[in-house]
Amino acid sequence: MAIDLRAIRKNFGAVQAVRGVDLAIAPGEIVALLGPNGAGKTSTIDIVLGLSAPTSGQVTVYGMTPRKAIERGLVSAVLQTGGLLKDLTVTETVQYTASLFATANPVRDVLHRAGIAAIADRKVAQCSGGEQQRLRFAMALLPDPDLLILDEPTTGMDVEGRRAFWAAIRQDAARGRTVLFATHYLEEADAYADRIVLLRQGTVVADGTASEIKALAAGRTVRATLADAREADLLAIPGADSVEIRGDTVLIHASDSDAVARHLLTSTPARDLEVTARGIEDAFIALTGDDAEFGPPPGSPVGAGRPGPAGRSDR
Amino acid sequence: MSTSQANVVALEDRRAPALGGFNLTVMRIEARRVLRNRRAMLGTVVLPVAFFLLFGLNSAYASDKAGHGNVSAFIMISMALYGAVIATTSGGAMVSIERAQGWSRQLRLTPLSPIAYIVIRMLSALVLGLTSLLAVYIVGLATGKPSMPGYLWFVTGLTVWVGSLIFAAFGLFMGYLMPTENVMQVLSFVLVLLSFAAGLFVPLSQFPHLFREIAAYTPLYGLNYLVHAPLLGQGVHLSWVISAVVWLAIFAGGAAWRFRLDTKRV
Repeated sequence: MAIDLRAIRKNFGAVQAVRGVDLAIAPGEIVALLGPNGAGKTSTIDIVLGLSAPTSGQVTVYGMTPRKAIERGLVSAVLQTGGLLKDLTVTETVQYTASLFATANPVRDVLHRAGIAAIADRKVAQCSGGEQQRLRFAMALLPDPDLLILDEPTTGMDVEGRRAFWAAIRQDAARGRTVLFATHYLEEADAYADRIVLLRQGTVVADGTASEIKALAAGRTVRATLADAREADLLAIPGADSVEIRGDTVLIHASDSDAVARHLLTSTPARDLEVTARGIEDAFIALTGDDAEFGPPPGSPVGAGRPGPAGRSDR
Repeated sequence: MSTSQANVVALEDRRAPALGGFNLTVMRIEARRVLRNRRAMLGTVVLPVAFFLLFGLNSAYASDKAGHGNVSAFIMISMALYGAVIATTSGGAMVSIERAQGWSRQLRLTPLSPIAYIVIRMLSALVLGLTSLLAVYIVGLATGKPSMPGYLWFVTGLTVWVGSLIFAAFGLFMGYLMPTENVMQVLSFVLVLLSFAAGLFVPLSQFPHLFREIAAYTPLYGLNYLVHAPLLGQGVHLSWVISAVVWLAIFAGGAAWRFRLDTKRV
């Protein structure tokens, strides 16, 4: 496992930032840690990087302690909080960092890959937020890490900067690197991750692919034209969760939309069938909102504290 | 999901750097940083040199005899000490600026060990101290006023430089205690007070008795006597050595204590 977290808890005084997170990430996965502010994303990442010690639980990175993994250049990270020396130039900053590793990629090479070769001689103080973030990315590439961790990497960037940053990351991930990134931008998780781990109040509430997460929270809505429908009959269809009747139109929210559609088409005169998924935005709100009453449907492939399809194959 | 690992570095080939990451490239960049910093240069080089030119050349007393040399040489040593102390303190206190800016956190994503980081900071502080010291001595030499035997230039200079290590530790300790970017504004003021208490600007004999009693226990007091001892040639008081050693132990111990808290917590 690239990352193996077991029963991780982290308390800050009376505040429980992380409350028992289990997470295993296999080499090659691109995983998004998605959740609202205060969900425990940054605390979790700090623990993976050895920047803070968990109150209880076990953490290994490539089978060793986080610090050992960093010393060997196995892991690097782009953090929101990582500061830069404003009086150095971009090149000096990368040279400085490169000299600290036993072996490092050439400075020019990483500047190029991070898309900042053109501003190599610029003072860090004169770089925009996006440029500084790509500088941190260049520094993270120096040891050619097997695992790259990004904590809200595009916060504060404009649309253009965000696009350029993700283009660089994506190009790089194509080389087979394992990537874990925290974000509260849903579209980022949806667009760039193979697997989404949803955190809420310090616990994993869902773990799966983007479409699984969407289906899990919101299910799908089956819409059909059906005259003289009765609510009780519709609710009796296996897989139907709730029903709305508007004249001849029926709307059935279903955890298993396929079963509902099959029933409607084979056992009733329903026509004009439409199946729609709610956006990931709705899934996110449904799963992470404080008033969300969420429990995984029985038999669901994903759910709180259960192995996602992409991970945990060793346990 | 891609399963092929395109990375060229195999797991077993990955190793940690020697010396906890300490290396000369970092020292070169650190030295360049210091020399590029106009404000640091003003406080640590220009000011002590200006003080020497102002007080060390006065024809009313500059050529008067002082031990093996003259008063001008005495004042040159004082100003070199003042400059070196300011320089090493600000060099040590850089940790607080780097902590406030988040650079120390960034460095923890690299193999650089916390001890190696402190060594880098201390050495940079000493480089800055040496720059300040040399500037005062070279200007002194150029004016032709300070007079003492050739070997005393070397001996007093070396004593000032080695002694300024106490204040590198002081800066480091204060840097950990006050994690703000303007720590040096506070410390410059403190250092001026300590300099007066050490009799570095005005002879202590001109102060009231009580002030002198207290002054003897301040950090710069013993060191100030020690750096002038070779010139005056009247021997070394044990109390001066004790003062210097005890203050070094206090500051280094304090810095080590804060440092350990810092690496544990963050």
